Amino acid sequence: MANAKEKDSHVNSAFSSRKSKLLQQIVELDDLERSLINELQGDLPLVEKPFLAVADKIGSTEQEVIKCLQQLLDKGVITRFGPLFDISKGSGCFSLCALKVPESRISEVTEVVNSFTQVAHNYLRENEWNMWFVLACEDQKVLTETFDNILLQTQCRGINCPKEKEFFIGLYLPV
Amino acid sequence: MSSILNRVELEKRIIELTQAGLPIESRPFKTIADKLGISESAVVAIFDSMKQKGLVRRIGLVPNHYAIGYLFNLMTVWDIEDSDIDQVGKSIGELDFVSHCYQRPRHLPDWPYNFFAMIHGKTEQEANEKMQQIADLVKDSCSQFTALKSCKILKKTGLRI
Repeated sequence: MANAKEKDSHVNSAFSSRKSKLLQQIVELDDLERSLINELQGDLPLVEKPFLAVADKIGSTEQEVIKCLQQLLDKGVITRFGPLFDISKGSGCFSLCALKVPESRISEVTEVVNSFTQVAHNYLRENEWNMWFVLACEDQKVLTETFDNILLQTQCRGINCPKEKEFFIGLYLPV
Repeated sequence: MSSILNRVELEKRIIELTQAGLPIESRPFKTIADKLGISESAVVAIFDSMKQKGLVRRIGLVPNHYAIGYLFNLMTVWDIEDSDIDQVGKSIGELDFVSHCYQRPRHLPDWPYNFFAMIHGKTEQEANEKMQQIADLVKDSCSQFTALKSCKILKKTGLRI
């Protein structure tokens, strides 16, 4: 039991350790920033000096690339730089869930939902099903319990929509 | 040569060390290697094998789509004939403006939609046009669809699903 608990807390701290800035405004980008964002939505070459390889490709220098990438991260223009793990290939259990939250209760319910460490993302959307969040749990049992717990604590109607099949994943947003 | 167990253990340690991000410096793999007491080339080889297994999708950046001007993120949901879903999923997945698409369970009568496709656009009109493009493509297999525009991020962690 102690082990399971330890594993759980490890998993959850991993998921919540890096809160990205919730920057929600457009940022002016210069040419280098633009080419770097486009280039690195692809794959960093697996070589000793990967930023040098990127610099050569986009016509910059290793130093400039490193500085620019760090600034993009600091400014919140990018939310992450690093390996993107396919968590479905690892351990853990995930689902997209939605609640039907009355307009007048949105902030109160947001607080309850966000207080669950298992809630990885939470978005407010324009629909009668207006609160959409991703649950990340160590297994199916914990996921079901967490979802039930959220329904109980919020007293909202909810749907649990785990993915049954993935057809495509790959985000490329040219700038 | 490391044993299989060691390899698994090393993968775990590398994941722990890089889940917050890769060091942004000249030789990032060397920094990781030094922490693990293995060679730089071994770290590169482990990343290579994690990519081949699909455990690492890619190494790169994730833009904040608001900051780079993609203000309209539409989660589109579709009620697709069950027997057509594989074919429809494949053709929607091939559209370059769709970032993720998944089959998910219906919850009748509350929720009739069994297919989700995420669309990002710079303007509301652009996002709506893209949704219409999907609608035209799937019209023979789809009885209803709608879009759930995001109005606000309430919580976001580093975890990418």
